[in-house]
Parts: sequence; structure tokens; C-alpha cells
Amino acid sequence: MNWLVPLVVALPLFSAGLALTQASRPRVQAIISITTISLVLIDAIWMLALVDAGPLVLNVGEWNAPVGIALVVDRLSALMLVVSSVVLLGVLLYSVSQGTSMERRDSRTPVSVFHPTYLVLAAGVGNAFISGDLFNIYVAFEILLGASFVLITLGATGERIRAGTIYVVVSLASSILFLTALALIYAATGTLTLATLAERLPELPVGTQTVLQVMLLLGFGIKAAIFPLSAWLPDSYPTAPAPVTAVFAGLLTKVGIYAIIRTQVLLFPANDALDDVLIVLSILTMVIGILGAVAQNDLKRLLSFTLVSHIGYMLFGIAIANQVGLAATIFYVAHHITVQTALFLVAGWIEQRGGTTSLDELGGLAKLAPMLAVVFFVPAMNLAGIPPLSGFMGKVGLLQAAADAATPLAYAAIAAGLLTSLLTLYAIVKAWNKAFWQSSPKPLPTVRIRRGMIGAATAIVGASTAITLVAGPLYAYATSAARDLTLRTPYINAVLVDGERGEGESAEVAGTEGSDGSEGSGSEGSGSESETGSGSQGQEDDDE
Amino acid sequence: MIVSEMTPNLVLVILIGILVATGVYLLLERSLTRILIGVALIGNGVNLLLLVAGGAAGAPPLVGESEEPMADPVPQALILTAIVITLGFTAFILAMAYRSWQLHGHDEVQDDVEDRRVAKRTEEGALDARADDASVNAAMEALTVRDETEDEDNEQSEGGAR
Repeated sequence: MNWLVPLVVALPLFSAGLALTQASRPRVQAIISITTISLVLIDAIWMLALVDAGPLVLNVGEWNAPVGIALVVDRLSALMLVVSSVVLLGVLLYSVSQGTSMERRDSRTPVSVFHPTYLVLAAGVGNAFISGDLFNIYVAFEILLGASFVLITLGATGERIRAGTIYVVVSLASSILFLTALALIYAATGTLTLATLAERLPELPVGTQTVLQVMLLLGFGIKAAIFPLSAWLPDSYPTAPAPVTAVFAGLLTKVGIYAIIRTQVLLFPANDALDDVLIVLSILTMVIGILGAVAQNDLKRLLSFTLVSHIGYMLFGIAIANQVGLAATIFYVAHHITVQTALFLVAGWIEQRGGTTSLDELGGLAKLAPMLAVVFFVPAMNLAGIPPLSGFMGKVGLLQAAADAATPLAYAAIAAGLLTSLLTLYAIVKAWNKAFWQSSPKPLPTVRIRRGMIGAATAIVGASTAITLVAGPLYAYATSAARDLTLRTPYINAVLVDGERGEGESAEVAGTEGSDGSEGSGSEGSGSESETGSGSQGQEDDDE
Repeated sequence: MIVSEMTPNLVLVILIGILVATGVYLLLERSLTRILIGVALIGNGVNLLLLVAGGAAGAPPLVGESEEPMADPVPQALILTAIVITLGFTAFILAMAYRSWQLHGHDEVQDDVEDRRVAKRTEEGALDARADDASVNAAMEALTVRDETEDEDNEQSEGGAR
């Protein structure tokens, strides 16, 4: 069944091209993209059911693992794919129903690029989750960054260009760091396949390992918005159209977190000193992020700051570096993707209803739009971690992991986590009071909100709340995903079936280069990887 | 057989250093055009780094079967991909710089809205205090330095961000 794997990338890319040919017919475009994302969702759910028996591996073009690119879906990837497809579909439905108003405002866009770009973004996100090759992850990042650049500057108004400039330059800097790390890793090990790297990197001197690990963390840390590298996020996200902000907030930072989990756990052996640094960074991310949120007067900016702050929780789980922590992180990522997206969609709804997201100008929404109030209140409380909602369970899991680790730093992280949770509640309640309870400074316009928007936003809120209902099975799933990750062997053995290369043997390779794979470590055996680059490039061409 | 000589060529290493250093310098500039050149320079520097990562030069590329030393083709494939990506993003930054020039008459990266707000608040605070305190003077000085891109679109963009 491994033909299911590449569909998450191939389908959206193909449809992106198709949607571009239908540029003058927005309705057809919408149908194309909704169908595609739905198919991807079905595909992802199907894979989620299959990975219980073991990771799905596809060797692209029948070139086996260390030679070609492997696409791997293990438990973690499958879960991420399902959650991201749900969110992508929800946001797509929201933006389609908001559609006309958005398009009219952005009528200066020469081609209607939203749908094609959105599909390319979906392909990039999917590719990042299924790559079994470090360079392929780089290409996936570039695909989704390219798409996100277009989406964040949609319509090219002055404000969006200003915010977009910062976003683009920072993203490019992080890509360059990542590429440098790739070059150094290739120089040190002679391979970029994750499974082979997992075997070779631990053989390197500790100093070299640490340098490579820090380089990768820097690159991913910028994407995930970890504290000293997070300043770009609250400034650039809020200016984009509401659905775009929602999908960025939900997915893009989590792709960075996913990459950190994947590389930290699979590639590098435990490194206590670095883990301590990560815990300190996670504490700083949580506390400074939320202090930023408390000071905000604008709902979208406030939510962006809570996003940064809650990235700290996920980093905290990774830095604790035990299985309980990892399981809690995986659960938390799934929870946070849905809840953050839901909140940004509701913020978009508030913006339409009240004409602004400034908390000083909003007011009285609880009476005017009771439905909106409920839909805002539930995910907001979920974000703050009020029991019995899923945010509470994720946080309890993280605190438990830290208590298991029982180091002074871990206790400090527990304190910071609780403080952050409290301050999140404070910030959210402040926003609630201002927007929903206080009387409005001036009468709000009467706007009819489209049914589709309400439906889509409510559906995402429902999905984020539903995580609470399936928390038991989901937590069990996250725990087994974390077990697979910490064991490392399920992943490596699935990709390198007999320990050296992928299943079977390419006929031509068997005779001449068979010896080269068996030599194991060192930079030998790397030359046979040529497929990596050219394969990735094929995808890149689609991106342009 | 693949050449696995890993002692890099010193000239290339120095060149990489120069390219990346100038690139970083330009990346820290305010004008988008300079940032663009900086990105291109760093990009080329990193591409060379990838080339160095592939081992010594001089051997023929991997063609067919041979017992002779062969160059590692992977880094070249990686570089090609990286070049394509850099090309795409260069085009995007150019378009953005042009749009910025259309809108504002310059292509400078503007200050964070939050920074400006904090700066404004500091300014008000400083005026209130009117103190001949050195730190306030320093803050005022910082303000005048930071103001270089504040222009008439300030109000408009500020309104948009709220």
C-alpha cells in the first residue's frame, strides 16, 4: 500500500497546475482545491490506519534507500498528515465562503493565485512530513515557504509588503542556515538519508555532532519561532488575510517543531548539555511570549504572541527528552494546530463582524453575536488549558514528563509552564472582556456573515474540541509514536530493510556498487545517492 | 570507486568565507536591493560549500562503470537544486522591492509596528519627564536614529495593523 505515500504531495501539486489553468473561474478553482484536499485527507486517514502495522516506505523511482529518496510515513508523520489535512480543509472551506469579499479587496492581483498557491503550500507541508531524506525536507521547506511568501503578500498592499519583507528575509536566512547545515552534514557523513544518518552521525566526534545539531536547530528554530528567533512572527502573521494567518499559525511553525522532533530524536544521541539549553530556551519562549500577549491591544497580535508562547511548551517536551515528554509533545502539537487555527479563524470572523480586531474598538459582541461568543470562548479556554479540554491534558502530560525527569531545570520549566498557562488565561479573559462584555465605544456595523464561514469556523472549533473526546486513544497513539521514535529502530529498519540498503536491489546496482553500501560508515557509498538531488529538483520545478 | 579525499581546497574555503561574510553584511542593510544581493552572495557561498563537501576536484564525473576515481555527483545535484530555488526567491524579492518602491518610493525594510509604538511611548515619556537624565537623552537619540524610515504612510500602516 505504499503508493498511498506520495499522493499527499503529488495530488496537490497536480491540482495546483490544474487550478492555475482555471484562473478565470474561481468556482471551478474552489471545487478543484476542495476535492484535492479532501482526497489528501482520505489518503492520510487511510495511512493512519495502516501505519499501525509498521512504517510505510516508498523508494522513489525504485531506487532503494541510501541511493534514492525514501518517503516514509511512520506514526508521527501519519498523525501530522491527518491533523494538517483537517486544518487545511477547514481553512479552505472558510476562505472559499469568505471568498468573494476577499477577492474583491485583492482585485489588483493579476491572476487569481490563492487556490494554486494554497495547494502548493499543502504539498510542501505534506512533503515535509513524509520525507525520509534531509535534503528533501529542505526542498519541502522551500516549497511551502515559496507558497507562504505569495500568500502573506496577497494583494500586495503597503502593510502586507512591509510585513512580508520581514517574513521573507527571515525565512531566507533560516533556509540558508539549513542548507549550510546540510553541506556540513554531507561533508561529515557522506549521506543525507535520515535512516543512514541515524547510523553514521553517532559515530562522529561529539564536538562535530554538537555543531551539526546546533546548526539544524538554528534553522528549524527560526521556522518554529523559538524565543530569541521568534521576533519576526508576531509582526508578520497578523497582517495577512484571516484564513492565511490561520493556516500559517496552525501549520508552519509546527512543521518546524516536527523537523526538530524528527532530527533530534532520530539523528542525534542524547546530549544533556544541549537539552538543558533547550529547556532554558523553552522557558524563555513561554514566559516572554505570553508577556508579549498580555501587552497587546489587538486580537490578532495577541493570538500571534500566544502562538509563540505555546511553541515553548512543545520545545519543553522535546527538551525533557524522555518518552513521556515526547508523547505529550506529539499530543500537544495535534491539539495546538487545531486550536490555534480555530482561534485565528474566529478572529477573522470577529474582524468581519466588528470591522476591526482592535480590542479598544470592539465591544458588546456577546449580546450581538452570541454564537460567535461561544465559538470564541471554547477554543480560548482550550488554549489556556482549562479542564477537561485537550489543552489541559497536553499540559498535564508535559508537566508529568518534567516531574519524571526531576531535575532542577525541569522543575523550573514546570513553574514557567504553569505561569504561562495562567497568563494565557489572563490575556484571553482580558480580550474576552473587552470584545464581548464591555459596552462598545461606538455602535458596530451590522454585517451579515456568510453561512459557509460560520460553518467552517465552527467545524474547526468542533474538531479542536473533539480532540478532548478522543483524548484517550489519541494519547495512547502519541505514546506509541513516541516509543517508536525513541527506539529509532522501527524507522531505520523500515527504510534500510537488511540494515544496509532498502528492500530488494536495483539490478544495475547489485553488481557494481553492492560492495559500496556494505562499507558502512565514512563518506564512501555517498556517490550512489545522485537520485536525491535530481528527484528533488523535479518537484522544485513544479514549485516555480 | 568514489574519491573520498576530504582535505578541502584552501582557495575555495577562503572564497566561501568572503562570499558569506559580504553576504551577511549586505543582509543587515535596510535596502531590499542590497539584501537581495546579500542573499545571492550567501547562496553562492553555500553552494560552494556544498561543492567542497563533495570532495576533491579533478576526477571525472560518475559515468557508467569504471575502476578509476570518480567525482561525487550528489553535491552537484544538490547545488543545482539550490540554485533553482535561489533563482525563484530572487525573483520574488525583486518583485517585492519593486512593489515597495511603487508604494513608498523606496525599498527599505520598515520598522516593526510594535517597535514604533514602543518608541513613540518612550518619546512621550521622555517629554513628560523632561529630565536631563542621561538615559532619557540616550533614548531620545535612539529615537532619532530609528526614525529614518518613518514617513507619512506611518499612520496608514499603523491603522492597518491595529
